[in-house]
Amino acid sequence: MEDNEDYLLKVSNLSVKLQNQTILDNVSFKLRRGTALAVLGPNGAGKTMLFRALLNLVPYTGKIEWAEKAKIGYVPQNVAVDDIPISVKEFLSFKNHANLESSLSYVKLNNKNVEGKTLGVLSGGEFRRVLIAWALADNPDVLLFDEPTSGVDHGSEEPILVMLNGLKKKKGITLILITHDVHIVREYSDYLLALNRCVTFFGDSKKIMDPSIQNMIYGETVCVGAPDEEK
Amino acid sequence: MTEALFLSLLTGIFVGFSAGYLGSLMVLEKMSLVGDALSHVALPGLALGFLFNFPPFLGAFAFLFVSAVIIWHLGRVTKLSFETIVGAMFTFALAIGIFIIPNVDLLEALFGDITTVTILDAAIAVIVSVVAVYLTKIIYKKLVLSMISEELATSKGINVGRINLLYLVLVSLVVAVGIKIVGTLLVGFLVVVPAAAAKNVSADLFKYEVLSAFFGVISSCSGILFSSYLNLPTGPLVVFSGFIVFLATVLVKWKTK
Repeated sequence: MEDNEDYLLKVSNLSVKLQNQTILDNVSFKLRRGTALAVLGPNGAGKTMLFRALLNLVPYTGKIEWAEKAKIGYVPQNVAVDDIPISVKEFLSFKNHANLESSLSYVKLNNKNVEGKTLGVLSGGEFRRVLIAWALADNPDVLLFDEPTSGVDHGSEEPILVMLNGLKKKKGITLILITHDVHIVREYSDYLLALNRCVTFFGDSKKIMDPSIQNMIYGETVCVGAPDEEK
Repeated sequence: MTEALFLSLLTGIFVGFSAGYLGSLMVLEKMSLVGDALSHVALPGLALGFLFNFPPFLGAFAFLFVSAVIIWHLGRVTKLSFETIVGAMFTFALAIGIFIIPNVDLLEALFGDITTVTILDAAIAVIVSVVAVYLTKIIYKKLVLSMISEELATSKGINVGRINLLYLVLVSLVVAVGIKIVGTLLVGFLVVVPAAAAKNVSADLFKYEVLSAFFGVISSCSGILFSSYLNLPTGPLVVFSGFIVFLATVLVKWKTK
């Protein structure tokens, strides 16, 4: 029997149309608390639009039901800081939260050297950590992360992913990650939502290594109906 | 110090400060040309003021205000950049202004005349500047966050469209009072160049805000003082002073690279 209390998010028949173009078509899925969902799909598949809909930033049809009082943290992929003289401390001060120190400590950035640096000169890895600290300052129940390792050099990717995994395991934060990286899907997520405007696969992320599932994701687009996660 | 010079300097300090401060956001938004071109939109308003004997500032502000709202609305509807829309509007407004403005007042409208500033002009400049800086201070961080990521700002509950409109209206106010000092052709300078100079030497937002306003004050005051002692037009001297500051910051940046 389904336990409704256990779900943090239920999306039913979500569609987004912008300028007469269908960006998302009839997307449905459910997500339990404390799990990690990877959202995979080609460019233009509607992954970022899904986030925008989940954040209520675009008009949509269908239903998005967050659990009551769910707090959502968001880490965008595209952030324009190269041309803005703003220090890390100033950026984080936009939040003005008492638990900013602990957030910085969690992402291992609680030193004065980094806080005084201009945001635009940080390395890709440092910058992602700052964004995570920003999102964590609100004590979110769920973290929406658009391309966690985008712009991060190879050696810094794994520590960030381990840190995200720790958020799920130690703090019970639910993760929704947009990614192109099969390694992230396999190692750091519990569920996989493959999108190509509609849902082409939803289920156990470990199945991504199954050739028939890979064909569903990367082959000719065949939309699947509302998923039954329990099966 | 004569009363005229005192009033000129008082106006210069407040307008220079507010133009530099508000301009710092314009430079960050890469809307420098908007600040410049927007000022030309004021010309028909000034012309109507001269023709029908009401304060030209009011006419300038009315035209700037309406233009700011139109630019903001067209930007949202068409998704064209502010620069493109302003580019389409300002030459049209300039043409109308030059067509209807009396010849005798054209030079003052184009290049300003701080020597004719009255107590009322100075009072308006001070009040407008204080209000514009105060309101901009309230929305400053929100605007910067929306420049960094509109999604991040919106997800924090910031109404990006509304604060952009408020900002454009405040810029219109400051440009309208700045016209008295340097005229419609040069007032864009006060909005753009002090901020550009500050950006050359700033690593954080606080320093950038403060230096933008400070360079605005330095540019306008030194221009007014040189104008008074050399008996030359104020507008161009404000521009020369500000440009020297800008060059100095380029040198500093070049040396510290």
